[in-house]
Amino acid sequence: MARYSIFSLARNALTGHRDWPELWRSPEPRPAYEVVIVGGGGHGLATAYYLAKEHGVTDVAVVEKGWLAGGNIARNTTIIRSNYLWDESAAIYEHGLKLWEGLSRELNFNVMLRQRGVMNLAHTEHDVRESIRRVNANRLNGVDAEWLDAEGVKAFCPPISISPEVRYPVLGATLQRRGGVARHDAVAWGYARGADARGVDIVQHCEVTGIRQVRGRVTGVETSRGFIGAKKVALVAAGHSSVLAEMAGLRLPVESHPLQAMVSEPLKPVLDCVIMSNAVHVYISQSDKGELVLGAGIDSFNSYGQRGGLHVLEDQLAALMQLFPAFSRARLLRSWGGIVDVCPDASPIVSKTPVEGLYINCGWGTGGFKATPSSGWTFAHTIARDEPHPLNAPFALDRFTSGALIDEHGAAAVAH
Amino acid sequence: MMRIECPWCGGRDETEFHYGGEAHIARPEDPDALSDEAWADYLFMRANPKGVHAERWMHAQGCRRWFNVLRHTASHEVVAVYPMGAPRPDLPETAA
Repeated sequence: MARYSIFSLARNALTGHRDWPELWRSPEPRPAYEVVIVGGGGHGLATAYYLAKEHGVTDVAVVEKGWLAGGNIARNTTIIRSNYLWDESAAIYEHGLKLWEGLSRELNFNVMLRQRGVMNLAHTEHDVRESIRRVNANRLNGVDAEWLDAEGVKAFCPPISISPEVRYPVLGATLQRRGGVARHDAVAWGYARGADARGVDIVQHCEVTGIRQVRGRVTGVETSRGFIGAKKVALVAAGHSSVLAEMAGLRLPVESHPLQAMVSEPLKPVLDCVIMSNAVHVYISQSDKGELVLGAGIDSFNSYGQRGGLHVLEDQLAALMQLFPAFSRARLLRSWGGIVDVCPDASPIVSKTPVEGLYINCGWGTGGFKATPSSGWTFAHTIARDEPHPLNAPFALDRFTSGALIDEHGAAAVAH
Repeated sequence: MMRIECPWCGGRDETEFHYGGEAHIARPEDPDALSDEAWADYLFMRANPKGVHAERWMHAQGCRRWFNVLRHTASHEVVAVYPMGAPRPDLPETAA
């Protein structure tokens, strides 16, 4: 792998930047691997990277039915934070945030992490109480968190309106200063490049059509490019997790919904933090290009359509107008949708399954981007050791049978 | 936006309706006799197919009555509407 540095930049400048090496190979799939990862998105690529780097498992293929990183990793609003309520969640998301903080150096790839601060707004008395409770819970778990009153919100984010004259006035906010945004494509590309350099085969345009088992143990996957044998198969397919699980005879507590986002035309720098509001429901930041990046809520119904209703976008824009009246003049450039896999407790599943050698990582719902590093890190451990790491042990599939749910609807930020 | 055919009021915009999730999930007859696995299946496990999905809708801004819908989850095409309590209608294979 050619390392990126100021010297490689200068050297390639001399040849007009025409000789940069490819980031990853596009090999034909081999007949068999030790591990086949189904899903070449952020979480799948991170899993492959940490399998190779942390566990020395390099006989790995990532199979992707479309193109690398074309699903939710390319469609999210890139928000990173770890201010979840419960101990289990705080641990896994904070582990992720710490990985984020060293990721550009780790991958030798600039993921453009910008820790500009994430505010979660409170609009009602109940919001205020819950938010302060969450700040306290975060602090007890070593997660940085502050409570700001309305004046504090205004000071941290001058363009926001804290007028008491609106239906849902801003009463305060939690602030996680270490939260922020990153360049979503770069994360996937960086993990892909790092995994490829360690010998992982990334096989694009290869759709899994069946999961072969012999006596309760996986032996490989049927694909659009033939059978690929595997001792272990790891499913990381986000919105399509139920479809894959059904191939293995498993039912999941997951439902797939469209989640939309949109961007405005580029503006001059106006917003240097991330604002999220559960109650009026909108979340917004400004990209490096100057676009206002806005996230919507999910459409209520099950869907694999990667598009949602216009009325959902209208709801978010109405909320935005209340918070930032000045943005009423910004024009929208485009909107799009992704398919998110939502669990009943708004927490993920990173787990072994009843089928031997089959592992599943899904249910990240509307907030998977921030977890890309820790999702891959814990899943790689689970696959390599055939047992979960303490960080993801609580996020097992059997919690829906035991009843040990991890209810994060309050901290999940996107209503669902 | 989808158009949904309310059996009583006729075709209306999706925004008039409330979604009620997967249809035909019957409450267990004898909850005391249920194993943990059966409870989990009843409460949490869902079909979530990519294809025709049997689901409940309610005409919230109209007659406020519930009914069942067969709808394709990739195309969003509504392929059948039928009353609560009625069995899921058989469809020709063309509904893909």
